[in-house]
Amino acid sequence: MAKVNISIDGRPLQVEAGTTVLKAARDQGITIPTLCYMELEDLCIEHNPGGCRLCTVEVEGRNNLAPSCVTKVWEGMSIKTHTPRVINARKTVMELILSDHPFDCLICAKNGTCDLQKMAQDLGIREIHYKGEQSTYKEDYSPSIIRDINKCIMCRRCETMCNDVQTCGVLSGIYRGFEAVVAPAYEQDLEKSPCTYCGQCVAVCPTGALTEVDHTNKVVRALADPKKTVVVQTAPAVRAALGEEFGMEPGTLVTGKMVSALRRLGFDQVFDTDFAADLTIMEEGTELLGRLSKFLKGDKSVKLPILTSCCPAWVQFFEHNFPEMKDIPSTAKSPQQMFGTIAKTYLADKIQVKREDLVVVSVMPCLSKKYEAQRDEFKVDGNPDVDYSISTRELAHLIKQSIGDLKNLPDEDFDRPMGESTGAGVIFGVTGGVIEAAVRTAYEVHTGKDLPKLDFEELRGFDGVRSATIDFDGLPINIGIAHGLGNARKLLEEIKRGESHYHAIEIMACPGGCVGGGGQPLHHGDSSIIKKRAAAIYEEDKGKAIRKSHMNPEIIKLYEDFLGEPMSEKAHHLLHTSYFDKKKSTFIES
Amino acid sequence: MANYKMHILVCGGTGCRASQSEMILDNLKTELETKGLSDEIQVIQTGCFGFCEKGPIVKIMPDNTFYVEVTPEDVKEIIDEHIIKGRRVNRLLYVNPDNQEHIADSKHMGFYKKQLRIALRNCGFIDPENIDEAIAKDAYQALGKALVEMSPDQVIAVMKDSGLRGRGGGGFPAGLKWEFAAKNASDQKYVVCNADEGDPGAFMDRSILEGDPHSVLEAMALCGYSTGANKGLIYIRAEYPLAIERLKIAMKQAEEYGFLGKDILGSGFDFEIELRYGAGAFVCGEETALIHSMEGERGEPTVKPPFPAESGYLKKPTNVNNVETFANVPVILLKGAEWYKSIGTEKSSGTKVFALAGKINNVGLIEVPMGTTLREVIFEIGGGIKDGKKFKAVQTGGPSGGCLTEKHLDTPIDFDNLIAVGSMMGSGGMIVMDEDDCMVSMAKFYLEFTVEESCGKCSPCRIGNKRLYELLTKITEGKGTMEDLDLLRNLSEVIKDTSLCGLGQTSPNPVLSTMSNFWDEYIEHVTDKKCSAGQCAALKQYIIDPEACVGCTACARVCPVNAISGERKMPHEINQDICIKCNACFEKCKFNAISIN
Repeated sequence: MAKVNISIDGRPLQVEAGTTVLKAARDQGITIPTLCYMELEDLCIEHNPGGCRLCTVEVEGRNNLAPSCVTKVWEGMSIKTHTPRVINARKTVMELILSDHPFDCLICAKNGTCDLQKMAQDLGIREIHYKGEQSTYKEDYSPSIIRDINKCIMCRRCETMCNDVQTCGVLSGIYRGFEAVVAPAYEQDLEKSPCTYCGQCVAVCPTGALTEVDHTNKVVRALADPKKTVVVQTAPAVRAALGEEFGMEPGTLVTGKMVSALRRLGFDQVFDTDFAADLTIMEEGTELLGRLSKFLKGDKSVKLPILTSCCPAWVQFFEHNFPEMKDIPSTAKSPQQMFGTIAKTYLADKIQVKREDLVVVSVMPCLSKKYEAQRDEFKVDGNPDVDYSISTRELAHLIKQSIGDLKNLPDEDFDRPMGESTGAGVIFGVTGGVIEAAVRTAYEVHTGKDLPKLDFEELRGFDGVRSATIDFDGLPINIGIAHGLGNARKLLEEIKRGESHYHAIEIMACPGGCVGGGGQPLHHGDSSIIKKRAAAIYEEDKGKAIRKSHMNPEIIKLYEDFLGEPMSEKAHHLLHTSYFDKKKSTFIES
Repeated sequence: MANYKMHILVCGGTGCRASQSEMILDNLKTELETKGLSDEIQVIQTGCFGFCEKGPIVKIMPDNTFYVEVTPEDVKEIIDEHIIKGRRVNRLLYVNPDNQEHIADSKHMGFYKKQLRIALRNCGFIDPENIDEAIAKDAYQALGKALVEMSPDQVIAVMKDSGLRGRGGGGFPAGLKWEFAAKNASDQKYVVCNADEGDPGAFMDRSILEGDPHSVLEAMALCGYSTGANKGLIYIRAEYPLAIERLKIAMKQAEEYGFLGKDILGSGFDFEIELRYGAGAFVCGEETALIHSMEGERGEPTVKPPFPAESGYLKKPTNVNNVETFANVPVILLKGAEWYKSIGTEKSSGTKVFALAGKINNVGLIEVPMGTTLREVIFEIGGGIKDGKKFKAVQTGGPSGGCLTEKHLDTPIDFDNLIAVGSMMGSGGMIVMDEDDCMVSMAKFYLEFTVEESCGKCSPCRIGNKRLYELLTKITEGKGTMEDLDLLRNLSEVIKDTSLCGLGQTSPNPVLSTMSNFWDEYIEHVTDKKCSAGQCAALKQYIIDPEACVGCTACARVCPVNAISGERKMPHEINQDICIKCNACFEKCKFNAISIN
């Protein structure tokens, strides 16, 4: 790469041609404040609309200030990053943004984790000279996400996630001038839009404009109700991220401390969604092998590739965007819902608690799981299989409000039977993990042989679309993986065109998989955090005594005692679902 | 073809049509029919003559009689007297305000004397819906010349030599812009005509498209030929139905004649033009916003670079020019760069069209050589200030321009001079203000427009302009403080310094220029709570003269807010804190005891 000579604040240096002033300054250890700019480097996502104008700098020979996030360096460029003119401009712009922002920081969901708050603090704003009218928009409550767009600062990060990364096209700028704001078309509610509730908008929102629906109070009330038995399941990605909320290094596994905290919060039984993940593999893997063998026998009615169905945002996505293909995904319910069903049948029976007295809480890295839990098909006589789904962030709040810290808690283990899990269940939390878990089981079931090596490196990584061919003892199985719904769309279009050569495809809505979920601790633009969580997940897998779902003794027992065998009639009734055409269900109110 | 003895030209511009020029046209045709003269006298609907103040205009050729303020009822007299008997209808002639003499030929009128019409050359002369008339005025000759005799580089060289600068406001050299687009290799390139004329009061682009659409189509084809584009797009606001209709007719005719479409004039060069409609957002006049709007995206600008010449419509090299810029192109190519350069100033060659508006006698559309002074435009062409009032200021460059005063009147108008005195050319809006105009209110008026028209993408423009507007409102309501004036200045400078596109970078200009030219007026509003121009209602004070008041109580009874008190037969008093300045007492008082401060 060619180099150019520039100077920053009087210090001459050489930087790569084509780089931006912002990056050149950062490499010199000078942090120029930004609000709208966001780069998720490991996920190849860059958002630089040049809209907030906080990152302006002085460039010699230029009349006005230059936005450093979008201004590229040139030979001989002389940049000044903190002259009085620059500081005054930044402070004035910040005051303007704050002048149209509610002053309820102390009671805001983002208090303490708000980028706007931090930037105001860094810039030393102590007074707002420009007071005036403030925007007022209606709040929007969906099953998963709350939009309080009076707090929107038009950074448009959510728009990039929703449109460019996820290709859902739900959020975009509407209205003009002072009224301009990001919202679904015609300022409709999210619930009337094709929103998948993936929560990636929430994950990148610098303010409290986009937050999750908070169910912690409902959980606290259930825990305090003596009539209720409250059990909890924790998704694999939670343990790899929860520690961050308590100041631990990203990628610190806190499985044992989390279990211990949940017990102290008063949950009667602390279980693991990984158990249900193993169960999912039994069902989904069997379904895959079933479809595959029929296909190999020449049955034209068989639809391949089979698509995973663990991710509720992904399910919502194809129901809205590809309803004509709704018979392609596996009919297996997601681990959260399998857990709920088994808890409210098998477990309820085992511990002698009536369905209506059993409360199932899930802790998820995900906001879409809130929506999934309240889907009608996952209820029996109005009683949901999973009563409340809370995010990793909500669990952290619960712990902070009730027992304080996590760090000093002892490590404890999950309860049995539904706390028993394998390494295969754990890796559900990262992109490629579900299909790797499926391969571990499907291979052995299909070939009748033991796998020589359990780590399928070829299925791992962070490229948006990946593919690998796994040799099933002479039978090559083509596997596709996509994370991020935009990437998923590419694979679906391929199938639609009849060009897909895959037998099975794993799709996760969130970039990075569940470790990068919309309910996880905020990464504030540092995507290396997501990678560290993924590494932690693989580490937990490695440390597990059993790493193949079909070897989980409690799963084997569950089939023996209750379900019969995978895809049995009972299993089909309890553990499988069907999908709906939602293309026409989004509507515009006139 | 019939050999007509006379032609009657009727202005068919939007302004004159609004004053029933279509009915004049119909009446003329009917009357001629009745008189059996249809084969001898031709009636033509033309584009705008520019002298909108005196519209509807009817012109009789070949004797060049210029009738003003014609009504449909005047038609019979025009036919009977002028056409049949050969006697001019004096009462319909323009009256020279200086000596009350009738002037028949427009070239002797003050309004036209100093004008030089290049971009508007055919407006008011030809029927815009008839390509033959355009061809008779040399339309498509330049295209033929270029395709046959010139290489694309040669065309660009002429454009560069001519010194033609973008007439949309930026003033960027058009030839250079073409060269950039030409140099970026691509399988597909585009030529875009920016007809999103958004300045309030400006209508030069509309008039050109309504009066001479072929000049723009020809120029676009020339631009396509020289930049290597075979596709042209005209982005026009949907509020211009007449321009759209005439463009459609012109495009169809040009295609039929082989001036557009495949293998133009047998040269092998293809060029197609499509219309794209805008919803009328001011910001969509900014070229990147315009392009996004055409792409179906939200109409908001993106940071340049990359410039459209590199990555424009659908990420392909795109050259965007404004209507007036294009309208100059064919003539330049026919008459040469040297000819064009001989007109205007050293760094701004050619002419510029201005829309004269405000407190000026001759409201209308004018075209003058660059270098003409503001004084010549306002007092000679514009005929001076209405009702004999005193000139106070002129706002050039539309809502983002600046306010110039008496001391700037002798400034020769060109791109650089206007910027040097704190204003800008813009697209050529020129609004004249007299002594009754309050400069703070004026700044507020323009800010109201920019607040409305900001796209909202960048914070300083989205929120800053709103706060500027609020501060100005506070001042015009007499609630401003000296600190507010400091805030106003700082905020204006920061908005200019930090905004993303030209809209925000110039929107505080009316504030800054009035602050520097009319600082006393700001001080007056803030410290004396007074508006000398009498425009700020909140600062008016109704006062009862105790000497003149007889205590009749009529004012107290009519006051809707009970602000007036006093004993019967004793002088009354108005409580200024309660008074809402409704004027009711003033109107009621029979003794002239109430005055307004």
